[in-house]
Amino acid sequence: MKARIPAVAAVLLLAVSGCSAGSSASVSAGPDTLSVGFTAEPANFDFTRTDGAAIPQALLYNVYEGLVKLDAQSRIVPLLAKSWTVSPDRRTYDFQLQQGVRFSNGAPFTAEDVKFSLLRVKKDWTISIKSTMDVVDHVDVVAPDHARVVLSKPSNGWLFSLTSRLGAMFSPTGVGDLATKPVGTGPYVVAARKRGDSVVLKANPAYWGRKPAYSTVVLKYIKDPTALNNSLFSNGIDVISAITAPDSIPQFQADDRFQVVQGTTNSEVTLAMNNVRPPLNDVRVRQALTYAIDRKALLDTAWAGRGTLIGSMVPPTDPWYEDLSNVYRFDPARAKALLSEAGATNLNLRLRIPNLPYAVSAAQVVQSQLADVGVRTTIEPLDFPAVWLKQVFTDHDYDLSIIQHVEARDITTFGKPKYYWGYDSKRVQQLLAEADSGTPEQQVADMKQVARQLNTDAAADWLFLLPNVVVAKTKVGGFAANQVSESFDLTGLAPR
Amino acid sequence: MTARVLRRVAIFVVSVLAASIVVFLFMAVLPGDPAQVALGVNATPELLAKTRAEFGIDRPLVTQYFDWIGGVLHGDFGRSYVTRDAIGPQLLDRLGVTLWLVGAGMLVALVIAIPAGTFAAVKHRKASGAGVSGLSQIGVAIPAFLAGIILVQIFAVQLRWLPSGGWTPPDRNAGEFVRGLILPALSLGLVQGAVLTRYVRSAVLDTLGQDYLRTARSKGLRPGQALVRHGLRNASVPVVTVLGLQLATLLIGAVVVERVFVLPGLGSMLLDAVSARDLLTVQGIVLVLVVGVLLVNFVVDVLYTVLDPRLRGS
Repeated sequence: MKARIPAVAAVLLLAVSGCSAGSSASVSAGPDTLSVGFTAEPANFDFTRTDGAAIPQALLYNVYEGLVKLDAQSRIVPLLAKSWTVSPDRRTYDFQLQQGVRFSNGAPFTAEDVKFSLLRVKKDWTISIKSTMDVVDHVDVVAPDHARVVLSKPSNGWLFSLTSRLGAMFSPTGVGDLATKPVGTGPYVVAARKRGDSVVLKANPAYWGRKPAYSTVVLKYIKDPTALNNSLFSNGIDVISAITAPDSIPQFQADDRFQVVQGTTNSEVTLAMNNVRPPLNDVRVRQALTYAIDRKALLDTAWAGRGTLIGSMVPPTDPWYEDLSNVYRFDPARAKALLSEAGATNLNLRLRIPNLPYAVSAAQVVQSQLADVGVRTTIEPLDFPAVWLKQVFTDHDYDLSIIQHVEARDITTFGKPKYYWGYDSKRVQQLLAEADSGTPEQQVADMKQVARQLNTDAAADWLFLLPNVVVAKTKVGGFAANQVSESFDLTGLAPR
Repeated sequence: MTARVLRRVAIFVVSVLAASIVVFLFMAVLPGDPAQVALGVNATPELLAKTRAEFGIDRPLVTQYFDWIGGVLHGDFGRSYVTRDAIGPQLLDRLGVTLWLVGAGMLVALVIAIPAGTFAAVKHRKASGAGVSGLSQIGVAIPAFLAGIILVQIFAVQLRWLPSGGWTPPDRNAGEFVRGLILPALSLGLVQGAVLTRYVRSAVLDTLGQDYLRTARSKGLRPGQALVRHGLRNASVPVVTVLGLQLATLLIGAVVVERVFVLPGLGSMLLDAVSARDLLTVQGIVLVLVVGVLLVNFVVDVLYTVLDPRLRGS
């Protein structure tokens, strides 16, 4: 009898073995295989109908390609378009296309597909950023390798958006089941997926451009930062795409097996202030709060001192960047004076934050520093994304919040009075419009004005810019330090 | 005996149906519109309405319930609002991982508990027996996730003998599968083993004091032989009860261990679905877990009957 109970357990084990069959995704490692660890897993493969960063991070530039792409210095460079010209009135774009390009389902890529893809954004996409494409008036197929896009008004923002997922090229024969079967022109195709574990990309044998150095790339999804680090330490993966536990970086730096590459991102960690609601509708109160917070000390606490103090909604990789981090130098006395001038004593503000580690630790610093100038805050962590999006972002039910804004060039959100900032400035709206329609030089000048105006109005407090920290085995090379596009671009990676 | 088993089957079926209603209603009253969550914050009212119709959540609750449970009875759990995948195959796939983990954890627990508990009972007057009891007390106090973190630090990060996490299906690479399962199974099984050791010890102690064992020994059997031939079967009845109860805690422990070891099982699927407000998926997972626990209770009940002939008449 003694043996029977373990035997029952063993039988149970054998009985369930059938359940997990036929669902493999990770592959055995070889020199042609690279494993990259990420924290956020794509819900599905359809970035035309599903919001969030995880899908374009995996697929853009790797599986899908656009006419143009963004390089690591945030410059717009050719991809499926060999070259392009802009008409003098800045409304007509003529794209000369690469020849001999095929989609992974075998269909050839032509100007017809450009037309189909660009018009499809307005028609079938459902995510919020698609509105940038509304400016497209029509698309002409001049020749199979020549597409002409005519805008209803000039827009610099439009060409920039083409570098994001909005510019991804689709085939009419390849959009039947985007959520599970992506069909693009890129150097990789999706070969397998194991939900909750990994996505496997294989090199596309018919790729028109330069063959990628790794024939197989396994994207491993590991939510917990410690587990992600352990996986690199124990050879489970070769690369951590972005470190989310900055305290662990010295551990990797101290080990010769690894290299640490640090650069910048587009991700401004922002103390949002509800500009329409008293007392924060008074510019003096917002300025007082900005003076009251020691951003250097906050960065040390919230992100181990790594990251950049920027003082505006502009990352250093944008052409109109200026360092505005010293405009509001930490000055509690000045903060108190401004508060009493505004008659805003005895304040009690609701600091409603997403329940994410960086926001929680930053909120505690904000709370204690504001207490030093006599402003009480109540920290309310909200479940992210569902509850935070509903209550803070959609219903504007908050005084203060702390959140990273990851989209490129999202300074334009300050031009929308209905956005959750509640910031409404005719001057800023006009400058943004002029910047979008003007020449590149005018754009730079106008955008600088926008950033300065926002800073003067203390429309928000830009606490710091998140760094991009990639940790990889030393044998892997080709990393771009900056993470400026939506894509984790695999095409430059190679053994060294 | 047949009547008893049939009655148990009936109770099982009724419980499953009741549980399905509770799970469904609970999900239905939760705040939040799955269509809104799936489409993001700037979706138009038209698209929201279209998506609600596509998900079928614009119909009366009763219709929705019967559609859902009718589908489930045919093995169709519907399609996820978020991933747009069929939920049923996903569930089966994830369940496979969790069952391997729970099964291996249970195996580790039994391999530890039966000899250790028996040893501690037989030597309960000696220092060695007390030592084993003491060790089990310490083991009970360690949560499975802590055991997991310590094991990963030693065997994966420092020694690099075993992977720190991840999953290889057994049919693809049996060696990698076993290597990947060792640490999770140990972290789940060590703690369970410690818990079970105490029950095995007291069950065996109980049995040792029974008259029939004294009779067996008076027939000339050595204490060990007497225990193995006559005692263990009796001692196993309370242990099987505890085993059944522990299997439920093991499932919960598995949720945590899956997160530590990045295993694509039911637990990590549940956590992801909850944070994405993927209600239909949550519904499916909870139903499967509830059925799992009920099934264990059912099997334990039937096992009693097999192990203890006295229950067969009742």
